Amino acid sequence: MSRKVLLIEDEPNITEAIRFLLTREGWQVETHAEGTDAVQVILAAEPDLVILDVMLPGKSGMDVLRDLREHENMARLPVLMLTARGQSRDREMAENAGVSRFMTKPFSNSEVLTAVRDLHAQASQS
Amino acid sequence: MATLNVLILVCLGYVVLLFGVAFAADRLAAAGRGRWLRSPLIYTLSLSIYCTAWTFYGAVGNAARSGLEFVTIYIGPTLVMISWWWGLRKLVRVGRSQRVTSIADLVSSRYGKSNTLAICVTILAVLGGTPYIALQLQSITLSFSIFAEADPSGLYREGSSVFWVAAGLAVFAILFGTRNLDVNERHHGVVTAIAVESVVKLFALLAVGIFVVWGVAGGIGPIMDRIDASEIGQWQVDGGRWTAITFLSAAAFVCLPRMFQVMVVENDDEGHLRTAAWAFPLYLLLMSLFVIPIAVVGLDLLPAGSNPDLFVLTVPLSQGNDWLAMLSFIGGFSSATSMVIVTAMALSTMVSNHLVMPIWLSMQESKSSVSGDVRTIVLLARRISIAVIMCLGFFYYRLSGGGAALASIGLVAFAGISQILPALVGGLFWRGATRTGALAGLSVGFGLWIYTLLLPGMGGWVMPETVLQNGPFGIGWLRPQAMFGLEGIDPMTHTVLWSLALNTIAFCVTSLLSFPSPLERLQGAQFVNVFDHSVAPRGWSGSVAQSEDLMIMTQRILGAAPAQEFFQLEAEKQGGRGRLPEPTPGFLERLERELSGSVGAATAHAMIGQIVGGSSVSVEDLLAVADESAQLLEYSGQLEAKSAELSRTARQLRDANAKLTQISMQKDAFLGQVSHELRTPMTSIRAFSEIMRDTEELSPEEKTRYAAIIHDEALRLTRLLDDLLDLSVLESGQVSLNMGEATLHAVLDRASSTALAGAERPLKIKRTKVSERISLHTDLDRLGQVFINVISNAQKYCDAAEPVLTITAHDVGGQAVVDFVDNGSGIPPEAQSMVFEKFARVGIDKAGGAGLGLAICDEIMQRLGGEISYLPGQGGAAFRVSLPLAYRQAAQ
Repeated sequence: MSRKVLLIEDEPNITEAIRFLLTREGWQVETHAEGTDAVQVILAAEPDLVILDVMLPGKSGMDVLRDLREHENMARLPVLMLTARGQSRDREMAENAGVSRFMTKPFSNSEVLTAVRDLHAQASQS
Repeated sequence: MATLNVLILVCLGYVVLLFGVAFAADRLAAAGRGRWLRSPLIYTLSLSIYCTAWTFYGAVGNAARSGLEFVTIYIGPTLVMISWWWGLRKLVRVGRSQRVTSIADLVSSRYGKSNTLAICVTILAVLGGTPYIALQLQSITLSFSIFAEADPSGLYREGSSVFWVAAGLAVFAILFGTRNLDVNERHHGVVTAIAVESVVKLFALLAVGIFVVWGVAGGIGPIMDRIDASEIGQWQVDGGRWTAITFLSAAAFVCLPRMFQVMVVENDDEGHLRTAAWAFPLYLLLMSLFVIPIAVVGLDLLPAGSNPDLFVLTVPLSQGNDWLAMLSFIGGFSSATSMVIVTAMALSTMVSNHLVMPIWLSMQESKSSVSGDVRTIVLLARRISIAVIMCLGFFYYRLSGGGAALASIGLVAFAGISQILPALVGGLFWRGATRTGALAGLSVGFGLWIYTLLLPGMGGWVMPETVLQNGPFGIGWLRPQAMFGLEGIDPMTHTVLWSLALNTIAFCVTSLLSFPSPLERLQGAQFVNVFDHSVAPRGWSGSVAQSEDLMIMTQRILGAAPAQEFFQLEAEKQGGRGRLPEPTPGFLERLERELSGSVGAATAHAMIGQIVGGSSVSVEDLLAVADESAQLLEYSGQLEAKSAELSRTARQLRDANAKLTQISMQKDAFLGQVSHELRTPMTSIRAFSEIMRDTEELSPEEKTRYAAIIHDEALRLTRLLDDLLDLSVLESGQVSLNMGEATLHAVLDRASSTALAGAERPLKIKRTKVSERISLHTDLDRLGQVFINVISNAQKYCDAAEPVLTITAHDVGGQAVVDFVDNGSGIPPEAQSMVFEKFARVGIDKAGGAGLGLAICDEIMQRLGGEISYLPGQGGAAFRVSLPLAYRQAAQ
């Protein structure tokens, strides 16, 4: 069974790095670089997990997550959020918006992999 | 036969008794005890000062001469007391609320504090009062002489005895009339002594009467027979004269200075009038009860030619009843002394307040400002005035020789003092009454009184007989006793009729024709509507409900804690259960003192008055308040200026704080941005270096590619840091400009070649070389940096298929203006305003710029004395750079 991850990130180099890592782990990686239509893309792609950047063109990752959680069946979709701003307020906002895991850039590859594995495992069990 | 020595001893003893009574009463009052001192009974008895020696001796004399006419003297006051008590109440209320000290003060106060009026009334009162005092001295002397005639020692000297009597009375009046330092204080001692005297004189007269009826005549039946047989018993009523005298006595009862003193000034409670309204007529009735029997018996018993004024004394003496005669003498002595003392007090108050003090104050004014204790001056003036008034009485007595009958002197004085009546009553009930009207009425009445009654009565050396007969200069209708051809009536009636009628007419007409001053109108309203303005008759008094209001007011003035402490203390002092004290007069006075420390005495008084309603606010209060308010206003003006300054400072601080907050927020946002811009390349670098470290099976292509990414991102980081440092230097203003000379053409040449070097996408640049021949004196490197930025932006972001950048230059009034317009889709209007903000990147920044370029350009252009702006509506993205041709750094 293939596991699908949707990576929403506007930095091409970061997108490439994560794609590399997760593909090797056996994930099917889809990517998107815009905030504006991110919710529609997620709904259409039906991923097992979403990796979401905060500073996206058009619409912030926070708003994307908030809107996503309002959709049916999307309340429990694991969402791993990445941000380069790293202020404590952002973590708070993300938690209020319904994030599953929040990580600050720059991250170590193993951290990202562990987070993705954990989130997926939790989602599969329940 | 009692010797003169015994008589003198008894007199002295009696005077000592009076001193004792007055002294004790003063002590009691000062100690706050002796409520009976302020009882209606004492008040009523003090009113009986109306009955002077004239009444005591003269009524009998009058009856012996003119029959029942003496009754009119009693009917007047009785009518006033019974049917006009409401008018008296108003008078008393006004007097209390305005805190008047005399009838002159009241009249002047009503008509706008006119001192001219006060002086008029004072002179009138002194002129009317002096003969009256002389009359009392005469009665004492006459009664003395009765005893002296029989005294074997022959030591009696009339002149010296009058002098000593006058001096003694003066001392008494000074001691007890001007004892208190507060000139507005009531004289409990004097009033009580007078009450005692009034009991003595009533008792004496009743004793003589009873002795005459039952001891001499042999009962009621025989005395009635004797009266019927006597001439006196014939009921001869001269309607005009009776009406005139009744009216006069009524008017005098209200207007006489001494009556005003006891009725209004010494009044403690206007409720006392209710008792006096029936008790005083009763007293008069008792006083007049035995007048006719004594007169009839006297006429029968004593030889023809005996002075009927002294029947009260001579009848008991002739019957050998020395002790009764002595008692009678003490009664007459009482009547005389009480009248003299109170009149002297009342007149001295007027003289010192309205004659002496104004003169003294004006003298002070010319020297320096009034300082020191004015009250001692006032008291001194009053003491001297008493002495002077007594002297006047004494000299009048010596000059007049004591010949005229007692009653006629009394009536002349009555007619004189009654001239105040129109102004007084008009002032109380008619708001239209004016000062000019009052002055006119008083002058007319006063003049007529002198002309028609006083002067003709003084004898031929003052007014020749020819004037009386034919009028002055033969003008018949100006004959003093037949004015305007009104002949054949009694002179007294004539005077009363003309003087009061013309007085009233002059008063009314002049009032109607003149306009009152604002102060007069104010005072007029206070007087006429006194019952609307004032409630409580005595000092301060109030209900517990008012304590709360007082508390609220006090808190506002003193502050919450001190006010509560003060009230608590007062409540404890009163031994009450609650936290609020009863508003007793004592408490209110202390409160007033407490408050006056903060807001001034007048304001404090007015404020408490507002709540307790104890006394209306007088004009003096208002003026004092206005005075204080002016000071307060000035003070509050200063405060206001201070507070405006403070609020200005506060606003500046607030602005500064808002600016700081804004700057702090901008700094936070900036740091967030910087963090983001730094972390993003670092993320790629870290991710790919970890991949390269941890992944063994990487292909060489992959390795090359990932290393390139790491390299690019490292360069991006370096660029970002360079930009940040550049911006920071520019913003701090510490940048030093490296000035040089070049043409615009040369600068653009260098910039475009640098910007386009190594560019992946081609960008065509259109330039007009002729227009670029503008020589510039500026920092050429910095300007080139701006051009490079703008050109490379066009190179990076122009989204046209074949990107073209058109550069045009103009020389506009010493300014070089360079426009950069590309053929792309341009910057959306909502983003145009923020392109010069730090980290403002429009759309997806594929080129990896930090978004600091244009912010740096903006800073550079400001340093160069020019600007960079976005030009909307040019089709593509369009920037205009303008700068002065020759930039002088010093101008910055």
